[in-house]
Amino acid sequence: MKSKIAKISIAAIAALSLSASVASADTLSDTLSQGYLKCGINSGLPGFASADSQGHWSGIDISVCRAVAAAVLGDKTKVKFTSLNAKERFTALQSGEIDLLSRNTTWTETRDSSLGLNFAGVNFYDGQGFLVHKSLGVKNAKELDGAAVCVQSGTTTELNLADYFRKNGMKYKLVAYDSNDQVLKGFETGRCDVITSDSSQLYSLRIKLKNPAGSMVLPNIISKEPLGPVVRQGDDKWFNIVKWSYAAMVAAEEAGITSKNVDSMLKSNNPTVKRILGVEGKLGENLGIRKDFAYQIIKQVGNYGEVFERTVGMGSPLKIKRGLNALWTKGGLQYSPPFR
Amino acid sequence: MAVYNQVETREAPSNSKGMVHWLRTNLFSTPLNSAMTILGIAFLFWVIPPFIKWSIIDANFAGSTRADCTGDGACWVFVRAKMDMFMYGFYPEVERWRIHLTYALFFVVIATFRYLKQAMPKIIIATIYFIIAFVLIRGGFFGLETIDTNKWGGLMLTIVVASVGIVCSFPLGIILAFGRASKLPIIKSVSVTYIEFIRGVPLITILFMSSVILPLFFPEGVTFDKLLRALIGITLFQAAYIAEVIRGGLQSISSGQYEAADAVGLSYWQKMLLVILPQALKVAIPNLVGSFIALFQDTTLVLIIGLFDLLAMVQVTGSDSHWLGFETEGYVFVTLIFWVFCYSMSVYSKSLEKRFNTNLK
Repeated sequence: MKSKIAKISIAAIAALSLSASVASADTLSDTLSQGYLKCGINSGLPGFASADSQGHWSGIDISVCRAVAAAVLGDKTKVKFTSLNAKERFTALQSGEIDLLSRNTTWTETRDSSLGLNFAGVNFYDGQGFLVHKSLGVKNAKELDGAAVCVQSGTTTELNLADYFRKNGMKYKLVAYDSNDQVLKGFETGRCDVITSDSSQLYSLRIKLKNPAGSMVLPNIISKEPLGPVVRQGDDKWFNIVKWSYAAMVAAEEAGITSKNVDSMLKSNNPTVKRILGVEGKLGENLGIRKDFAYQIIKQVGNYGEVFERTVGMGSPLKIKRGLNALWTKGGLQYSPPFR
Repeated sequence: MAVYNQVETREAPSNSKGMVHWLRTNLFSTPLNSAMTILGIAFLFWVIPPFIKWSIIDANFAGSTRADCTGDGACWVFVRAKMDMFMYGFYPEVERWRIHLTYALFFVVIATFRYLKQAMPKIIIATIYFIIAFVLIRGGFFGLETIDTNKWGGLMLTIVVASVGIVCSFPLGIILAFGRASKLPIIKSVSVTYIEFIRGVPLITILFMSSVILPLFFPEGVTFDKLLRALIGITLFQAAYIAEVIRGGLQSISSGQYEAADAVGLSYWQKMLLVILPQALKVAIPNLVGSFIALFQDTTLVLIIGLFDLLAMVQVTGSDSHWLGFETEGYVFVTLIFWVFCYSMSVYSKSLEKRFNTNLK
């Protein structure tokens, strides 16, 4: 009996861990042979990674996973999502549980240099901002002298706030709370005039207010939080694929290619468009993937602007303005190296 | 001859019967109790009407989008819209009959248990049930589509984690309890070390180890299913507690039972399994069920390693940007489900106690 139980349990363990795989240094061929991309994501961040009522994931971070799947496998749906918390995300990447981490991860020197990671771009330039009551009549953070500021205590947000006000020679009254919900309550009951937090966070806090239209996010950003997709160090081929899959989305927006006009753009005479879409040149082959990888991304996922508007921008409930995430030609920071 | 007339039975004095008497003896017997009663009633008045107003009177029940929630009250539309997520997580809709079938089979198994007196057939049926449940839910055999564990979630995952934890930790706990009560020094010290080590560490640490540290010890590139890691962690943790509960039961058995079993020439295992354990388990039922209820609630900790149990689903559904700001409704709903499950377990434990007559020693 005992040995029978042992046999059964061994069989069960073996079956459960079928998904256990041995990843070699060649992430691309592993991904091709298993037929799906292993992508690590947040378990729920509005606009970045969230599941709808049917359990379909969407968000700006999810779009990066989908874009890489479209580029490598030709099908944006071939992604296996693994939700990770902030602490286990890097372990999961290092151990090969995932091959791409797209989980609102801030690009810092320490992470890039000492954790064995490579950042493949910045898909969202976040940073600390301010949410104010419209009735306050403030249009710029520089006018906030003497304001009462609600903040979640124990975060770097508090330190950035102190630095900013001191640098500009302004006074403020700190009102610290433990959780974001309490911060919101404080703001609604008038304990403070301003909430400060990462700007992406401010927009989702704003929706939770009783009267979202009565408040606005100021244009000032006082800290740097560049969020981007991450891969393991040591597989440059895969690093390049992720980097250029993302760049293709930005380049497509620069060149005016959208998911709607991409088919007619195939006949365009513009050499840049031709090179991006793989009509001319061997850019896809050089990466080791399909020739029309950018076409697949744009057709299935969309260009950067489309993705932004759909997930966090005006087409979404969050209504985040492009700001720093506008194209470099429009006063933002999004910039693709040339496709040639 | 004196005549003794029967005196009519008199009613109890009016101050020792009826409503007033009950109130006086139970609620207002001393000044302190009176104060407590008044405070308690005031507290209920302070809490209950606003809750009813929020959850029923001002609440929104009909509709399908966020815009349908207009009042100040609860938005149950949110819970309704997200019901599938709460129940099944990311499990594909067309395959959900497999979960329903597993639930249905569970009740069939429980029903057959009532007619089986012997332990062995029960163990065999339970083992077969678990294999069938595993094949049904995960798939991969007999043409069933494989549903990876990252798609499991909601109540279904909570039940999977709790039941695997309960079922696997139970035999392990019995073995550890025997080990600790053993006279063989090595077995005893290994059991004691294991139990004391595990009991000295919070479950959250074990889960965290299993998800963050353990993968680093595997050879480069080898990964192990996250849910399986969590299940192993929970089982190992729970086994230590079960062992202590059962040891308590073992100690309550008088030495006469051991000596009698030895006297009729039973071997060690016969003695333990046929004489001592059945009696010890009967004594331990209330504490065992207590541990299982605690485990059922502890399963919510898997949320920190990115598994979506019922509680974590509130977080997931609450971050849908079309449904921001309804976590409270989600938490109230989940609380209700947890209460129903835990209360059912404790009712079941009471019925077991009655059946086994634990009070009659």
